Amino acid sequence: MSRSLVEVCDLKMHFPIKAGLLRKTVGHVKAVDGVSFVVREGETLGLVGESGCGKSTITRALLRVYEPTGGHMLYHGDTDNPADLATMDEETLTPYRRHIRLVFQDPQSSLNPRLPVVDIIGEVLAVNNIATGSELRDRVADLMQRVGLRPEMMHRYPHAFSGGERQRIGIARALAPEPKLLIADEAVSALDVSVQAQTINLLMDLQEEFGLTYLFVSHDLSVVQHICDRIAVMYVGNIVEIAPTDGLFESPRHPYTEALLSAAPIPDPTLRGKSSRIRLPGEVADPASPPSGCPFHPRCRFATDICKTDKPALRSVTEDGHEVACHHADDLTLANAFDGLVSSQHDQPMETA
Amino acid sequence: MSEPRNLIEVEDLRTHFFTDEGIVKAVDGVAFTIPTGKTVCVVGESGSGKSMTGRSILNMIPYPGRILEGAVQWRPNGAEPTDLLSLDPKGKAIRAIRGNDIALISQEPMAALSPVHTIGNQMVETIRLHLGIGKVEARQRAAAMLAKVGIPKPELRLDSYAFQLSGGMRQRVCIALAVACEPKLLIADEPTTALDVTTQANILDLFQELKNDLGVSILFITHDLGVVAEIADEVVVMYLGQVVEQGPVEQIFHDPLHPYTRALLGSVPRVARGRAKRLNTIRGMVPSPFDRPQGCLFHPRCDRFEAGLCDQSVPPLERYGDARTARCFKAGGAG
Repeated sequence: MSRSLVEVCDLKMHFPIKAGLLRKTVGHVKAVDGVSFVVREGETLGLVGESGCGKSTITRALLRVYEPTGGHMLYHGDTDNPADLATMDEETLTPYRRHIRLVFQDPQSSLNPRLPVVDIIGEVLAVNNIATGSELRDRVADLMQRVGLRPEMMHRYPHAFSGGERQRIGIARALAPEPKLLIADEAVSALDVSVQAQTINLLMDLQEEFGLTYLFVSHDLSVVQHICDRIAVMYVGNIVEIAPTDGLFESPRHPYTEALLSAAPIPDPTLRGKSSRIRLPGEVADPASPPSGCPFHPRCRFATDICKTDKPALRSVTEDGHEVACHHADDLTLANAFDGLVSSQHDQPMETA
Repeated sequence: MSEPRNLIEVEDLRTHFFTDEGIVKAVDGVAFTIPTGKTVCVVGESGSGKSMTGRSILNMIPYPGRILEGAVQWRPNGAEPTDLLSLDPKGKAIRAIRGNDIALISQEPMAALSPVHTIGNQMVETIRLHLGIGKVEARQRAAAMLAKVGIPKPELRLDSYAFQLSGGMRQRVCIALAVACEPKLLIADEPTTALDVTTQANILDLFQELKNDLGVSILFITHDLGVVAEIADEVVVMYLGQVVEQGPVEQIFHDPLHPYTRALLGSVPRVARGRAKRLNTIRGMVPSPFDRPQGCLFHPRCDRFEAGLCDQSVPPLERYGDARTARCFKAGGAG
């Protein structure tokens, strides 16, 4: 097993809710409420969950856009002694900023429309004193080539590029300072299917070429299954299950994971109505007033009294690192992602093309 | 078996946008039918003209767009057809049909609902306008509709504002608003795209229920082939403003005739055992609307491209069997 690059321990990110004339704090939105996980060097860790579950908050805490309310984020860079990004002050943090970079969701709004591509990608090189002048332009040209853009286009502005190309610019910008960890926050969600496939392939190629580590945030399970080595499932500020991809899809251990897997639409009309889809009652809980005990218990069909009072901790259930936060994980038989997926033979029409 | 009647017949529709940079042929000769009580899915990538096709049916094209040609034959209950495009887009006749017989559900429910009126206010207004009933009765009807789309405590919710509801709830309100006047046709433009998967699954169920219970026809516009597989009876695949293939959903998925449909299906990542390491892609990208290729619009990205044929002449939309059409010179040998 490769060594860990980032260790997140008991990370908490609470946002105060202000109300009234004096802006008194009347409560907290517990966007992330005690999350622990490890990102190993060279792997792709997926972070999935529904909107409001805190997955984007985790990425912003890792980038220190937010100052975490509690917990630690140990970064194991080149040196042997890990640095805690959670408590570091702005000045000591600066050299670490080039190690963790982000690819944004929306390539439209994350690129400055008034900067040419050479400045968009090159700015980070100049600011970090990595390169200037003609050396900078050479590096930008090289980066553009790596992500499949024509370097001649470097003096054009973002509007001259299509959605997929803009996302490539975003990826090139993230790669510019040679980061260790690349965070992709819904990086392919806004793209069309054909462009999405190209971008996913590109991300996988780049990972191999540069030995990158990815934290891949998405709500799309089919994309996550495709690209990730391990997956963490989040629900209302907590990780409820974390496991190797195949283990998670083959034998989910948390009822929420089971429901999430069964909700994904299957692109095959012959299977319509055949999969035993689990319908979750109610709505995702409000992170400002999360339910007592297990955050999932009001929607869980297996909930018992203990679930209403005691919050289950994440614990190991197999030797290959399958962890789950559920009191009843050992007693449940849950449907996996492939139940009812025994499709007809002519399923994949592209196989021959 | 009775002959399935068509509720809507779209004939040779052309909707172009006259912008400063040039003419965008958003919809360029589109024809399809919506049978009564069926769900027709229009699929395509961004820029394929799928949304504008939906808007054209309602004769609601924003400036600088114009419907140049074509007809939308509207035949409720097998009556004499009315061409919706021949009606004055601001006239009484079309306004009686919009919202009443044909309802639109948009992608972003927050933008579709008024932020300064309660849910109840908006619903009562719509219901009274179209059905001409009293306030009290309209409110009861609104509550009943909210209950129908699965909103708990509907009476209470009538007094909520849109921002007090979650995304899934808002979309349910929009659907309740759309079906409140018992329309015969629902045009749903990417209604689940902004929603989470578990919510999306519930909303798709709701559409199926509405179709089965109320017998409405649905024109479902989406880019998500997974959703299409869940909900469609008929599929219309669009590329750059043209229909490239159409047919029953199972045939489209299992035996696509057009190379674009094939490629699109191949590039969808799917949850499966023994996943392939690389996804199949369509090379290149959707061309700019100002720079449409000669001949077949798809030829620069096509695997079956034949020089001298595909880049010279435009393939006609040809029939294959009883129910299918495709626009490709090479479709015959694809099976």
